[in-house]
This record gives sequence, C-alpha cells and structure tokens, in this order.
Amino acid sequence: MSRQKIQTTALSIENLSFSYSGKKALEQVDFTVKSSECTILLGPNGAGKSTLFSLITRLYDSREGKITLCGFDVKQQTQQALSKLGVVFQQTTLDMDLTVLQNLRYHTALHGLSGKLAKQRIQEELERLNMYDRRGEKIRQLNGGHRRRVEIARALLHKPSLLLLDEPTVGLDIPSRQSIVEHLHQLAIEQDLAILWATHLIDEIHPQDQIVVLHQGKIKQKGTLNEVIQATNTHSINEAFQQITERRKG
Amino acid sequence: MNILHYLRAMQGIIGRELWRFVRQRERFIAALVRPLVWLFIFAAGFRATLGVAISPPYETYILYEVYITPGLIGMIQLFNGMQSSLSMVYDREMGSMRILMVCPLPRWFLLMSKLIAGVSVSVLQAYVFLAIAWFYEIEAPWEGYLYILPALILSGVMLGALGLLLSSFIKQLENFAGVMNFVIFPMFFMSTALYPLWKMKESSVLLHNLAHYNPFSQAIELIRFSLYGEFNQYAFFYTLIAFVLFMTIAVIGYNPSKGMMMKKGRG
Repeated sequence: MSRQKIQTTALSIENLSFSYSGKKALEQVDFTVKSSECTILLGPNGAGKSTLFSLITRLYDSREGKITLCGFDVKQQTQQALSKLGVVFQQTTLDMDLTVLQNLRYHTALHGLSGKLAKQRIQEELERLNMYDRRGEKIRQLNGGHRRRVEIARALLHKPSLLLLDEPTVGLDIPSRQSIVEHLHQLAIEQDLAILWATHLIDEIHPQDQIVVLHQGKIKQKGTLNEVIQATNTHSINEAFQQITERRKG
Repeated sequence: MNILHYLRAMQGIIGRELWRFVRQRERFIAALVRPLVWLFIFAAGFRATLGVAISPPYETYILYEVYITPGLIGMIQLFNGMQSSLSMVYDREMGSMRILMVCPLPRWFLLMSKLIAGVSVSVLQAYVFLAIAWFYEIEAPWEGYLYILPALILSGVMLGALGLLLSSFIKQLENFAGVMNFVIFPMFFMSTALYPLWKMKESSVLLHNLAHYNPFSQAIELIRFSLYGEFNQYAFFYTLIAFVLFMTIAVIGYNPSKGMMMKKGRG
C-alpha cells in the first residue's frame, strides 16, 4: 500500500538571469524542486548548470530573479537558507591529507553541531554508505567512488532539506555510479529530501524523477520523464534530449 | 544561529589549520630557517659595518642582531600571512574553499576565523624564534615576552588581512608568485626591519618616507617596542587602521554581489 506524502517546495527559482561580463549564462530560469523528489537538471557541458549551482549556494549573486530555499530568500536570508542546504560539488572538496573522520568533523563544526551529535550523525551517515569502517583512512587512500560516498555523507550530516549534486558520478566506474544513483533515489524517498541533481548522463534518470532540461542558459523543457518525451514527440529521454539540444544549436 | 555555532565553527577552522601545520613539519622548519639565516649569517656579517645608535626603545648601544630581531619576527608573520592567502587561492582552485563559503555563517566571520587560524600559527613560530634567539643571547626583559603577544596578534591579523585581500584579487595560483615578489620583497626591504628610519633618511628621503608609511614598518615598530615593555601608540593605531582597511576590502572581495569572485569565471 503506497503512502501519500505531503510534498513541500524546497527550492524555488523565479525568473533567474545571470551574465558573465555581458554574456548571458542563464536567462529567465524558472522551476521548483519538491521534497521526496529527485529533480534532474539535464544539460550538455556549458549549459549553465554549474553557474546555477553557484547562484543557489551564493558563491555568485544575481541581480535578476529570485531564489528561495525552504521559504528563505537566498539573497536576504542567506544563512537561514544555507543551513537547509547540502552540496556535493563536481570537483572533490575533501582535504586529501585528512582522514574521513577529520573531514566530516570539520563540516559538523562549520554547521555548529555539538560533539556528541556530530559523532552520532557521522556514524549514521557513514554506516548508511558502508564507509564507517574506513573512517580512520586518509582521503588520499580512497578510490573515486568512496570519496564521493564520503562527500555525500558529509552533505547530509546537518540534515539538509535540499541536496544539490553537481555531476556527482563523473569519472566513476559503472558499479560505483549505479550504487550512488540508487542510494540517492532511495534517500529522497526515505528522508523526504529534495534533490537537485545536475548531470548529462541520461541513464541516471529514474522514471519518477522530475526533469529540467537546460540548454544555452535557458530551460527548454520541464516535467516528468513522460511529459518531456511526449512534449518532444519522441520515444525516449535520450531522443528527447538530443532533439532539444540539437534543434536549438542552429 | 547561536554563539555556540560561531565558537564551534571557529574552533573547527583553527583546529584544521593547526593540524595541517603540525603535519607539515617542513613548513614549520622552513618558516624558522629563513629568519634564522638572516640572524646568524646576515646580521652577524653586518654587525661590524653597521652601528646602531641609541634610539627608543633601546637604552644602550645594541648589536645589529638585537636590532634586526623584531624585523625578523615581522618577516615570519609576513611570510605566514602570504602563505595563508596562498593556501586560500589553492583551496579555491581545489574547491575546498566552497565548503567554507556555503556554510551558514557570515562571510566576514569565516574569513576572520581563517585569519585567526593563520595568526595562531605565526605566533607559535615567533615564540620559537624568540626562544632560539634567547640562546643566541638576544634577550629582552621577561615582561617583553608577555607584552609582545597582543602586538604579534595585531601585526599578524594585519598582514593576514593583506594576504586575504590579495587572495581575493588573484585569479589563479600561478599568478601568486608574481604578487609575492611584488609584495613581500618591497614590503620587507622598504621597512624598518633591517635598518632604522633615521639611517634611511641619510641616504634617501624618498625611501625614508616610503618606509615610514609602509604598514609593515609600523607593525615591526609595534613588535619592537612591546618586546622592550613599551607601547608605541602611533605604530599601534597605524597597524590597527591598516588591518581594518585591508580586512574591509578583503570582505568586499569575497562578497558575491560586489566582489571579485564574480570575475573569476565559472570556478
């Protein structure tokens, strides 16, 4: 028997535009990300995905448009908004010479978690990803897949409502990729977590995911997998994606 | 947000910096070898050619090694400040800076914590240097070793803030070497670290003026006077104002809407 969950809006992006030295990187971007759902931000390289993430995390600031995170305006209520956010950047952001535990403790300190709570959360998250036994190892000793797991565990330590993933599986082998993809989808459902996942790898999409197709800084399509396929009059998301990105090139 | 959050975050940032420092023993040794070479070789060689007349805070004729010691402490802090900013540029390129910048605390506080972390390392280095100098018979009054602490903190944060400011402007790691040459060497040589101001005036008024207005000179004078138990008010306020100025520009530099982060491209 399926249980109906009440979904809340974790991230709302309204009419967001951004330029780098006069060149538009994002134009009138508008979409929402809801709890218990994976929203896949699909786009080829250079589509504006990383720029969008930099704006959500307030590494950049935009004059046009509005970003609201769990009801908090990212520009006006930055700290409240950021406290609801967990991020896994495309590039690894772990300290290679520190152990798994030291890296995670640094994160819990930045988020103000007490020693006891930090210890408990670290154990929980590492156990979930089968990494607890490796907590004493230096990051340098771990392979790419395990490093990614540590980064996912880290992003969840402060119990965020929204998890941002910027191409988290890039450079990983197929089993590591599959395991991370499955884990994250499961996490969204089990923990009512909203996930915004930037990727250009179509096989990472699950049928129930929401899709936002970003190309040349603009949203070309959004909706469920079926809605995107129907709107483009194609048979698969692969075809739909190709059609959207190729049609607009010229 | 509560005060405990701020304290824990600062503790985390300082702890990480100290841990890195302890692990990088070469960095500790290199930071000490540099001023020790100046003290044992350069100063010893210059002792015969350069006489230092009596001038405050010194009450008697002093050896050149005694004169140069506060300047070498300043050198430790100058290099440390630049090293910290270098590590920030590195962190930014490597991405770990992002983790700091997306944590839910004000950016000025995060930068300030980074700064304090760097200063705590440089204070430790300065005291080890002073201990070695003591065995070399460069002895200050005992209270001087206590009074120097706040002076070291202020000069350390001022030089660290300068490093932060530079790191906010520098786009890539490779550009850093040039900046180091344009900042460290002029700042060090155009200061009272190696020669007193009055001595410079004899050879060049311009050099004297540049050295006088160089904040690094005032930081050194603050250290010099405090080491002999005296308070140099002018040097104190000059260093303080320089710190506030550098820190303000650095915070603006790291501000997403106003600063230089935007100009750094898609990092």
